[in-house]
Amino acid sequence: MIDLHGYGPRLFEGAMITIQLGVLSLILSVILGLLTASAKMSRSWLLHRIGTLYTTIIRGVPDLVLMMLLFFGGQIGINQVTDWLYYQFNIDIFINVNEFVAGVLTIGLIFGAYMGETFRGAFMAVDNGQIEAGRAYGMTNWLMFRRIRFPLMMRHALPGLSNNWMVLLKTTALVSVIGLSDMVRVAAEASKATREPFTFMLIVAGIYLLIASVSEWGFARLQKRYDVGFGETN
Amino acid sequence: MESLTTWIEGLLADNTIFTLQTLSYYGEGLTTTVQLVFLSLIIGLVLAVPLAIGRGSKHQWIKMPIFFYCYVFRGTPLLVQLYLIYYGVVFIDGIQDTWLWVLLEKPFVPALIAFTLNTAAYTTEIFRGAIKSTARGEIEAARAYGMSWWLMMRRIVLPSAFRRALPAYGNEVIFMLHASAIASVVTIMDLTGAARFVYARFYAPFDAFLFVAAIYLCLTFTILFLFRYLEKRLLAHLKPSSQ
Repeated sequence: MIDLHGYGPRLFEGAMITIQLGVLSLILSVILGLLTASAKMSRSWLLHRIGTLYTTIIRGVPDLVLMMLLFFGGQIGINQVTDWLYYQFNIDIFINVNEFVAGVLTIGLIFGAYMGETFRGAFMAVDNGQIEAGRAYGMTNWLMFRRIRFPLMMRHALPGLSNNWMVLLKTTALVSVIGLSDMVRVAAEASKATREPFTFMLIVAGIYLLIASVSEWGFARLQKRYDVGFGETN
Repeated sequence: MESLTTWIEGLLADNTIFTLQTLSYYGEGLTTTVQLVFLSLIIGLVLAVPLAIGRGSKHQWIKMPIFFYCYVFRGTPLLVQLYLIYYGVVFIDGIQDTWLWVLLEKPFVPALIAFTLNTAAYTTEIFRGAIKSTARGEIEAARAYGMSWWLMMRRIVLPSAFRRALPAYGNEVIFMLHASAIASVVTIMDLTGAARFVYARFYAPFDAFLFVAAIYLCLTFTILFLFRYLEKRLLAHLKPSSQ
């Protein structure tokens, strides 16, 4: 058996952090992506502009730079706000940016932009007749979104969504740089301490491949579900 | 040159962070980033072409190793690959006595190796897709002319596949530019490394990172426009004809 020099439990905890981080930021990015897609498709000039600005800037700057900006800058920014609140209104609050929360917020924010593009394309692929039919039934906008536009959109969005998830999963490795003990950081520490980088890095690589393979299977099942009623050819 | 320096100095007079000194760090960082990205893309491209052809081979013993290579390098984070090569290379027996050690001692070459292997895997998949989508008729026509396999690849399949791969490859170039920020983790003073240094020195995260973000944004747009121009030139025949 492979000798982990007692790093096994910590590596497992790190893997759990990676998975939690990935899933939570996926949820955040899907919500942000839906909002961005709506903003970009809206008739409001301002919303459209904001949506475009957000996706352009996020997709033009490296993840790591954004992460450092939000992580290192976030704390200073929050401190400035709380200081101001204290001097102005004598409200004394202290908010400490937790690495995990910062990681989820940053990755969610980054991938919200990518999801926005995926969802926008998918929403536009929904047949207009379906929406007209919904309107003819007197559905409210929300009901129409929930029952018609979202389920139909998901069929087109799933390939892009699964692609984004794979990239997101790999991006979670970057949080190790800003100090979060995910499995990459544990493995890097263990490599240096035990002088066996191959063992630890290969295990981590294996875990990433495992997560990717499992989620690929999951997405295939989801796709099958959303393809119901569209025949085999689609 | 002299007047330019004084002009910049005047511009930066009431500024404690962006002095000529720190700007030169950013300048050196820019050079390192461009070198790293450019070299890894070029070498990756050279590797990817034969790999993409081999990936479509009929022989399992050619196909499977390439598939496995692509699967592993596309399925794991670049940071893990970088760590593996950067920390791992020291432990290859006897490497410290060979001439290779002069190169591998500094982090630049291990990072270049990791980036090259990573981009080669992605580019292989891009090219494979493009080669696979070659029109059947073109290949049949080449066969009918009695072209050898090599001649057919060189004259028919590859030129059109390169063109079709262009949009996807443009994305890969931008992806590589952004991924290169990881190099700063192994103490390379690239653009992000310079920003981290300035941040640590002045404790000014907004100035340090927003400035570097703006540089990356400019680089991204340059690549974007370059590829858009290339696509316009090379893919003109694929555009929907305007009436």
